[in-house]
Amino acid sequence: MNWGRHLIPNSSPEVKASMLKYLGMDSIEELFRDIPEGIRVEGLDLPGGMSELEVMDHVGGILKRNASLEDMPIFLGGGAWFHYVPAVVDEVVSRSEFLTAYTPYQPEASQGMLQALFEYQSLICDLTEMEFSNCSLYDFSSALGEAARMAKRVTGRSKFLVPKFSNPQAMGALASYAEPAGIEVLAIERDPITGQIDLEDLKAKVAKDVAGVFVENPAYLGFFEEEAEAIGEIAKDEGALFVVGFDPISLGIVKPPGALGADIAIGEGQPLGNHVNFGGPNLGIFACNGLNLLRQMPGRIIGMTSTRDGERAFCMALQTREQHIRREGATSNICTNEALCALAAAVYLSLLGPEGLRGLCETILVRSRYCAKLLSDIEGIKAPLFEASHFKEFVVNFDRTGISLERIHEGLLGRGVHGGRPLREFPELGESALYCVTEMHSKGDVEKLARSLAEVVGGK
Amino acid sequence: MRHPSKPFRQCKWSEPLICELSSDGKIGHMVPRPSEEELRAVGDPMGHIPSKLRRDGPPNLPRVSEAEVLRHFVRLSQQNFSVDTTPYPLGSCTMKYNPKFCESLASNAKLRMIHPLQDERLVQGILRILYELSRILCEITGMREASLQPSAGAHGEFAGALMIRKYHMVNGEPRGEMLIPESAHGTNFTSAAMAGFKVVRLPLDDRGCIDVEALKSALSKRTAGIMITNPNTLGIFEKDVVEICKIVHEGGGLCYYDGANLNAILSKCRPGDMGFDIAHLNLHKTFATPHGGGGPGAGPIAVSEKLRDFLPVPLIGFDGERYYLDYGVKHSIGRVRGFYGNIAVLVKAYAYILALGREGLREVSEVAVLNSNYLMRRILERGGYELPYQRSGIRMHEFVLSAKGILDSTGISALDIAKRLLDYGIHAPTIYFPPIVKEALMVEPTETESKMELDRMAEAFQRIFEEAKESPELVRGSPSNAAVSRVDEAKASHPMTMRLSWRSPPAPGAESRSPS
Repeated sequence: MNWGRHLIPNSSPEVKASMLKYLGMDSIEELFRDIPEGIRVEGLDLPGGMSELEVMDHVGGILKRNASLEDMPIFLGGGAWFHYVPAVVDEVVSRSEFLTAYTPYQPEASQGMLQALFEYQSLICDLTEMEFSNCSLYDFSSALGEAARMAKRVTGRSKFLVPKFSNPQAMGALASYAEPAGIEVLAIERDPITGQIDLEDLKAKVAKDVAGVFVENPAYLGFFEEEAEAIGEIAKDEGALFVVGFDPISLGIVKPPGALGADIAIGEGQPLGNHVNFGGPNLGIFACNGLNLLRQMPGRIIGMTSTRDGERAFCMALQTREQHIRREGATSNICTNEALCALAAAVYLSLLGPEGLRGLCETILVRSRYCAKLLSDIEGIKAPLFEASHFKEFVVNFDRTGISLERIHEGLLGRGVHGGRPLREFPELGESALYCVTEMHSKGDVEKLARSLAEVVGGK
Repeated sequence: MRHPSKPFRQCKWSEPLICELSSDGKIGHMVPRPSEEELRAVGDPMGHIPSKLRRDGPPNLPRVSEAEVLRHFVRLSQQNFSVDTTPYPLGSCTMKYNPKFCESLASNAKLRMIHPLQDERLVQGILRILYELSRILCEITGMREASLQPSAGAHGEFAGALMIRKYHMVNGEPRGEMLIPESAHGTNFTSAAMAGFKVVRLPLDDRGCIDVEALKSALSKRTAGIMITNPNTLGIFEKDVVEICKIVHEGGGLCYYDGANLNAILSKCRPGDMGFDIAHLNLHKTFATPHGGGGPGAGPIAVSEKLRDFLPVPLIGFDGERYYLDYGVKHSIGRVRGFYGNIAVLVKAYAYILALGREGLREVSEVAVLNSNYLMRRILERGGYELPYQRSGIRMHEFVLSAKGILDSTGISALDIAKRLLDYGIHAPTIYFPPIVKEALMVEPTETESKMELDRMAEAFQRIFEEAKESPELVRGSPSNAAVSRVDEAKASHPMTMRLSWRSPPAPGAESRSPS
């Protein structure tokens, strides 16, 4: 069977023959004559092809072996978060004209995507109170790596400070981006009780060789960084750039990076209308302040301009920073980015508006507080572990229950609940896990979690 | 078939910015609210935000109703060329048709609503797909192991360059130079530089291929590796590739394959057999996942045995019973992003490969190359356009024409031709790339265009050549049928006139261009 013919219109022997005849050839193989004999292959060990129905059944059948949020409450966050995706968002990002377009190299033919991405940048600027936003990087982790490299380019310095208990995935990507650029990543200590950054340790480490100081608010472990603004001042007093990580959803009520004094703001934009999808694709939000930084910003930027006829129009701007023009001198190699995810974010923010985003923040705050309260009522459980204010995530500590994280996890699974993420990479936190509660977790889900945990801890 | 002379008009709405549709009191989506019981239990939500961290006022987002938001973005979508509406022969981008069943599969809640940190026992389905896809990509590339982590081709290049760097370091012999031919994609140079390499550019010979003698003289103890696209960006297969890889290996370097042009050789030959150590694949090109107006894509990397121990973690493992995340990679470069890759994209590519299968994939490359040569010869038939390098030769899945002759005789440039093609409802080819060709037009029709459509494209190219001679003003004034007339790109980047968000006013002294 000749599978795939429906996708290859000229695959019929008659059409091929007529095209070959036009080329003065007898066989397709003549077109491949430049490939040396020694490396030609026949009959790769690949599957044999299927009808559409069979593919749907086959892949759909394999996917059935996943348990999704529809099957059980899952209290995981830590870099990917369940949030509701309004139907309008899915509708817009499914529009063929957006979905099946390439990068808008020809602005006259791509005004739709260009305007949408310009609006995305503008919405991000409004949300973060930053001056400039690019139109997306891959994800938060790679954005952090790019931020460190940008800080080095701008300051000419080579140390980058990050707080202890930061997202280990982001730290991994940061190391990959930083190391070849000769950037040394150093940790800032935190207070063991409140989790807050140790300002004395920060002051001791910020020096004239520090390119940037990174703070995430809320932090990876869910609590707010109350002294964020002061940290920024300490960093900037020494001439370092202040890099602020943020949760875009939280900005409905939380002071935005711009108001905290950020030079560079980075965030994971997946919560803005993008499905979790097992952790990808994501949306790396990247914004900065000042023309000096703008010139060093990685990634594509869309600008407003006009046409020959004087009409408003949009196109890619500042391309001289980019790889296809600057080659090894470019600010970044990023080319294909996450435009469709940025489009989803633009639609999402337009739908919710200031009122919707604030309402969502309130719901998340209330529900996650409610969850922490129910859990902390259970004998031996401390939730949250850190004595600080939290947003949607918090650390739950089980030390005084005498039960290991693994047994708790199994006990919860047996009751149809997926608990938080064990924080094994931070042994000083003991038997602790990071729990996440959003609007996707109903009051009933939260109560089920508390009930199940009480049973597991109570040895029922 | 619609003849090129039949009029085409792109939709035009003069759509305001979304902020210009905003007015007080409107909202586009209702979010869930907490219950009274929860509120009683925890009190005022704002009380949980430290006063220092409360936002002064609401974010300055637009207030628009649901229907207005939808209509706004649907109108914008109608002002966008796409594969689903027009041929899109953008060279090096492989803009083939994106099958809809792949989209349909990717909307499954069992994919969308699973979390990357879930217990592995609860995500065996997706792990199996990722594992099988990695095996398939290894077979297609002739490699030993693959990482699905990189989010795009350039991201794969960066990961690959990091691996090359680490390989030499682990072997106790750090090497700092990367060889890259002049015709390479711009990303190669940047990716190598980002990974800490000094780039050494290799000239081409008069065939448009890597100059083997120049390679030999560039090679030294400092050479970490070479990055090659094959077929190259001229659409020419590097016949000496096996020898080139051998020479680089003998000099102690590694060979990196840029898979942007893999569509030309699927199931015909493999990077691994050519001698490459690392290859990235662009799933959004070769394996038909949609490009989303700029992304997301996916740029997995496949490697030979020699480099298996340097891949990013985690890999996807299978022990005969269960699939798992494998962090046991001895000299791993670590990771280049969070989690495991652009999963939704990977699933679509997997479904595409299953549907086509062994023979179907071979048909893909055969017809892609047939279409490309057919279109090229049809365009060249009536003169004007020229084929630089190996004039009588064949090309693979794409070809690069020069409009230098047309420019010299009529004043019409490659840019003008590109814009005029839009008027015929055809997306422009890649222009002014590769830079070694003057007035370059890089055309890649892909296997999913029919002969009728290829004939129509050729006809459009030829008509534009006629127009260039007879009514050059028409071509210079193009596009006239796209949503807008020619866009002033310089203005968008000039410090005095630049506007990069609706907040930023034009610089002082610049002409007023407030939204109207």
